[in-house]
Amino acid sequence: MRKLLVSPAPHIHGNENTRKIMRDVLIALAPSVIVSVYFFGFKAIELVLVGAVTCMGVEYLVQKYIMRVKPSVSDLSAAVTGVLLALNLPPNAPWWVMLIGSIVAIGVAKLTFGGLGHNVFNPALVGRVFLLVSFPAIMTDWTLPDGWFRPEVDAISGATPLSIINEGLASGLTLSQIMANHPEIDLSWTQMLFAKTGGSIGELSSFALILGFVYLLARKVIRPHITLSILLTVAALTFIFWQINPDKYTDPLFNILSGGVLIGSIFMATDYVTSPMTAKGMVIYGVGIGLITVLIRYFGSYPEGISFAILIMNSVVPLINKYVKPRRFGKEVANA
Amino acid sequence: MSRTFSIGGVHPHDCKISKDSPIEIFPVPEQVSISMSQHLGAPAQPVVAKGDRVKAGQLIGRAGGFISANIHSSVSGTVVSVGELPDMLGNPAVHVVIDTDGDEWMEDIDRTPDVVRDISLSPQDIIKRIADCGIVGLGGASFPTHVKLSPPPGKKAEFLIINGAECEPYLTSDYRIMLERPEEILIGAKIMMKALGVAKGFIGIEDNKPEAIRRIGELARASYSEIEVVPLRKRYPQGGEKQLIDAVTGRKVPSMGLPIDTGVVVQNCGTAFAVYEAVQKNKPLFESIVTVTGDCTGQQRNFLLRVGTRFDKMLEEVGGMPSEAVKLISGGPMMGKAVSNISAASVKSTSALLVLSEKQTARREEGNCIRCGKCAQACPMGLEPFLLNRLARLGWKDELEKNKVYDCIECGCCSYTCPAFIPLLDYIRLAKADVLRIMRARPKK
Repeated sequence: MRKLLVSPAPHIHGNENTRKIMRDVLIALAPSVIVSVYFFGFKAIELVLVGAVTCMGVEYLVQKYIMRVKPSVSDLSAAVTGVLLALNLPPNAPWWVMLIGSIVAIGVAKLTFGGLGHNVFNPALVGRVFLLVSFPAIMTDWTLPDGWFRPEVDAISGATPLSIINEGLASGLTLSQIMANHPEIDLSWTQMLFAKTGGSIGELSSFALILGFVYLLARKVIRPHITLSILLTVAALTFIFWQINPDKYTDPLFNILSGGVLIGSIFMATDYVTSPMTAKGMVIYGVGIGLITVLIRYFGSYPEGISFAILIMNSVVPLINKYVKPRRFGKEVANA
Repeated sequence: MSRTFSIGGVHPHDCKISKDSPIEIFPVPEQVSISMSQHLGAPAQPVVAKGDRVKAGQLIGRAGGFISANIHSSVSGTVVSVGELPDMLGNPAVHVVIDTDGDEWMEDIDRTPDVVRDISLSPQDIIKRIADCGIVGLGGASFPTHVKLSPPPGKKAEFLIINGAECEPYLTSDYRIMLERPEEILIGAKIMMKALGVAKGFIGIEDNKPEAIRRIGELARASYSEIEVVPLRKRYPQGGEKQLIDAVTGRKVPSMGLPIDTGVVVQNCGTAFAVYEAVQKNKPLFESIVTVTGDCTGQQRNFLLRVGTRFDKMLEEVGGMPSEAVKLISGGPMMGKAVSNISAASVKSTSALLVLSEKQTARREEGNCIRCGKCAQACPMGLEPFLLNRLARLGWKDELEKNKVYDCIECGCCSYTCPAFIPLLDYIRLAKADVLRIMRARPKK
């Protein structure tokens, strides 16, 4: 008689898998990678490739020879970490900085916790912050790489608008004075939306990042809760401060479109492993990130705050998951 | 605008390949094996012995308690054995095996095709007739219908909802009966409304069956205005009892509660048809409408089948077991049971025999949970399957209870949706049974 397969229901699967999800994230990052290659040429390709290859290589080697488990490189999660970390580096960062960052991201932040699904902190962000504190000069050197950049991007030079404003305010200038001193900073929203705000290679074009966000939403890879609650919190909070004193505090649109808020809220904060699992939890987490980001930007010594904000909120996620429960169906019966 | 339930759910491809195949009468098999455990509750007690001559519709098993159901012969012939045989899962159950000889029915069964519209029986007599005829819920759980129509003291039904959602992929037996016997279903619903003393009934039908919505809707508006057709969005598990009540009335069955706690009784549309036949035609439940389907089978057809027909005979009728077939499912792919014994026989509530290929059904290697939360998003009960799965593997019963594992309806949305192929429901189902056992063993306060 024929042997029959017997197992409990359900007998079919929705056909979604980790690899497909990670592939979708890579596709969503593609517009930003393309924009950075357009502006920085070979240097951007170099950083992205070193990131992806190192992350996957480290994962493979550690899993195979140290953890002695079946390597899970083919799920592409390490590749996502590598590309994300690369997009968070300044265009002039040397390849070995990228290499060190990738080793820390995968080797320390991901695999020491047990690999995919077990890490508390976003690996790419841990890598980035590690580099920021280890190589502060390199990580805040926004000058352009030699030779490869396009002539029309001369405007992107020196510091990022965020750091110029941060330094200016710290030395007691008002916003309008800073702007007068730096005619090269173009804060029109079209400029910030399409490119040339200066900063990490992945932060260049807000438009490309938003394109990726729309793709992730359309493919149902992420839900909008986290990203939108970060952006709305940043907008609302900065609006209040800006209304109180527009000479000291930057406006909401600038805060959303400049620096890493978009890449952070779309690609970093939404990392499944390190973000809450219920809609309510996601909103709490997003509001927390938005709040901390604004506080660091306005009152901290760093010009940029979203990386720290996400890492801080990462540490709160287990607590959120424990106490914030999804909306249950129906009420408890008394005397049940 | 189609209504739907409030949380969770998934959207499997509906694969209703057999939907255009009309119900065909399955040839009376040469032998039937009729189980005495076809329903939820106590098994029936056989009342025939080896050598007895029986007719189709004759009582062969008497209900073994209040929550139990009568069993009738589905053929005429001679009883060749009464004893234990493996059921479709391979578990032993008492079966009455009958060798068929002609097709003689009990004389009091009305075999004319006329539709009998007047409901002459009183509510008590309706419930008695339904119990006598061994009607059970045909939506899957096989709960004895007369019990469901007798709400416990203090509970009053306000609405009857007929379940025509048929949200499981592949199944088309409910769809075909709604198309082919719409008036009988409406009369069956009216009979149950009379038994329950309710004035308002609904039929919920998923909107991937527009023809059924149109036909039953026209008929209801013309002559059965107390019954309203409610189109439902195509979304699994739309036909789950709690989800259906939520979609149709907006009421939520409380945790650990029953539908009657919201004033609703739900019956499947196939059950409504069986009730019609029992009450108006005096015909016990010994036939069922069964979809025999699968992408790899030669044909996909709907049959009117005698209870006790062997699965292998059913497969022969659609061209035999295909070579790529690895799994046979009684019911749908989301909640149906995998058949381990191909020579087991159908029961009253058998609604489908589904053949799946290795590619469709093979489980893949379990990966790490990536904490995507898709299972929690899909859970129609608002539970956290990722958490329940972990707690179940750890055996933490207190935490499982705190996180309401007992609310799980075992719909399978979590396992279906998991991108890491974690068999969440396998573990949750076991833990739920343990926790319920513990909860029931506690002294009542």
